[in-house]
Amino acid sequence: MKSLFKLTVIEMKLYLREPMATFFTLLYAPMMLFLFGFIYGNEPTPFFGGRGFVDSQLPAYMGLIIVTVGLMSVPIATSEDREKGILRRFHSTPASPAIYLFANIFTYFIMSLIGITLLFLVGRFVYHVTFEGNIFSILAGFTICALSFFSFGYLIASLAPTARTAQIIGMVIAFPMMFLSGAAIPIEVLGDKVVNISKYLPLTYVVTFMKGLWVGHSWVEHWLEISVILGLLVVGAAISVKTFRWE
Amino acid sequence: MSEAVVEVKNLCKSYGKIKAVDDISFEVSKGEIFGLVGPNGAGKTTAIECIEGLRKSDSGNLKVLGLNPLKNGRRLRHYIGIQLQQSELPARLKVWEAIDLFSSFYQKNIESTSLLNDLGLEDKKGSYFDKLSGGQKQRLFIALALLNDPDLIFLDELTTGLDPQARRATWDLITGIREKGKTIFLTTHYMEEAERLCDRVAIMDHGKIMALDTPQNLIRNISKETRLIFNVIGNLQLDTLKNIESISKYEKSGDKIIVYGHDKRMVKDTVNFLVNNNIDFHDLKTEQATLEDVFLTLTGKEIRN
Repeated sequence: MKSLFKLTVIEMKLYLREPMATFFTLLYAPMMLFLFGFIYGNEPTPFFGGRGFVDSQLPAYMGLIIVTVGLMSVPIATSEDREKGILRRFHSTPASPAIYLFANIFTYFIMSLIGITLLFLVGRFVYHVTFEGNIFSILAGFTICALSFFSFGYLIASLAPTARTAQIIGMVIAFPMMFLSGAAIPIEVLGDKVVNISKYLPLTYVVTFMKGLWVGHSWVEHWLEISVILGLLVVGAAISVKTFRWE
Repeated sequence: MSEAVVEVKNLCKSYGKIKAVDDISFEVSKGEIFGLVGPNGAGKTTAIECIEGLRKSDSGNLKVLGLNPLKNGRRLRHYIGIQLQQSELPARLKVWEAIDLFSSFYQKNIESTSLLNDLGLEDKKGSYFDKLSGGQKQRLFIALALLNDPDLIFLDELTTGLDPQARRATWDLITGIREKGKTIFLTTHYMEEAERLCDRVAIMDHGKIMALDTPQNLIRNISKETRLIFNVIGNLQLDTLKNIESISKYEKSGDKIIVYGHDKRMVKDTVNFLVNNNIDFHDLKTEQATLEDVFLTLTGKEIRN
C-alpha cells in the first residue's frame, strides 16, 4: 500500500512536470471554451437547440480531455517507460507490476478530473453556464468514458513496437477524431457528411453521452452510447492485458 | 569452499537458432566477487538475467539464496540487489524521490542518507535524473541496488561508458561493499576490471564457459612467462645469462635485452647478476600475462573487437 501511494504521488508529479501533457490535459479544453465562448457568446439560439454555445459545447469538451489523455498521454508515456527500461527497473524489485498500472491509471484519471473542473470553472464564472443534470450521474458517465479511452491507449501502447510509433498512432487517431466527432467543433456546424463519418468514431458517443447527461438525460436514453463505450473498454482492456509487454 | 549462494546447473537459453547461453554450470560462494567475463554478445547478460529471474531459461537448474529465481522471483528480490545493464528512470524524477520510492518496495531498508554520502550523491538529492552525469546515474543505480541491504548483488556491465576515473572510483566502491560481507556477482567485458575486482572469474564466449578459476590461476595456467626487459650500458655477453637457472630464455631486440622465466625468482636473480657483475642497466620493466592473454589463448582472438 505504501509503495502504491508513493508511486501514485510520484506519477502525478511527473505528469505535472511535463509541460505538454499539462497543457493538453489541463488547459487546452478550458482555453478552447474561453476562446470560442468569446467569439460566439452564450446567448440561447435555435442553432444549439435553444441553448447557448457554451452551454451546449462545454460537455463536448470533456470528450476533448478524455481523448488527449487516453490516446496521447497513455500510449506515449507507457511506451516510453518501456523503451527506456524504466518498466524493467521496476520489474527487478519485489513490487507488483499491478501497482505501476494502477498508479498510472489513477493519475490519468485525476488529471482528467482536474481538467474538467477547470473547464467547469471557466464555464461557470466566465459564461454563467447552466447545468441541468445530476452531478453524480455525469461524474459516473465521465469515469466510464475516461477508462474506456485509457484502455484504448494501453491497447496502442501494447501493439506499437516503439514509443515513436505509439506516438504517431495515437496522434493519427486522436486529431481527426477530435474534429470530426463534435468534441472540438460543435457537431451542429459540421454538416451531414461529417455527421455520417462521426457515427463510426467512438469519441462521438462520448460527446453525445456527456451532452445528454449535462442536460439531465437518464442513462437509459443513452443505451447505444453506453454500449459502444463499454464495448471499447472491454475490448481495449482484454487485448492490452493479453499483449502488454514490460520490455 | 564456503556455502554456495548461487547454483547454476546446465543453464541453456536460445533465441531462435542462436544459443545465447549454452549449457553452463557454476556456483558462487558467499562473500566472494564472482565475475562473468567475455566480449559483448558472449551471453553474459542473458545468463545473469536468467539467474536474477528476469528471463526464463529454456532448461537447467537455478538456485539463488536457496530459491528458484523464476518461481519465487518476487520473494527473492527482497534479498538481492539488481543493477541492470540498460535501464533508466523517468527524466524528471529527482534522486531523493527515486530513493524514497524504491525503498518503499522492500521490507527491509538501510539508512539512505549515509548510502548517498558513501556514493557521493548527497548534494544531488534534488537533481532530476536526466541532469545527472553518466557516473552519477550509475552510482544512483548502485544505490537502488543496495537500498534493501541485500546479501547478494548483481551488477551487469557496471562501468561501461564511464571514464577511467569514474571507473576506478566505482571499483573502490565495489571492494568496499564486499568488505561488508556481501556477495557480488558481476559481468564485464573489461579484463582489467575482472582482474582487479574478482576473486573468481568465469570466461565466457559464444554462450559457453571456457574457463573458471581465480585470475591468478588462470594466468598461471596459460603458462606465459614473466618477461623482464632492460637496456644495458656497455657490453653484456648474452651467453653469461645462461648461468642463471631461473631464466628459461633470453634474447636481444635492438638495444633491449629481454629475458623470460616462469619462476618468481627470475627478476631478483637477473638483477643480482647484473649488480654483482658491475653491469649498468636502465629502463628495467617486467611484463606479466594478463587476463587479456588468457582470453586470447583460450579463444584465439582479442577480446576488444
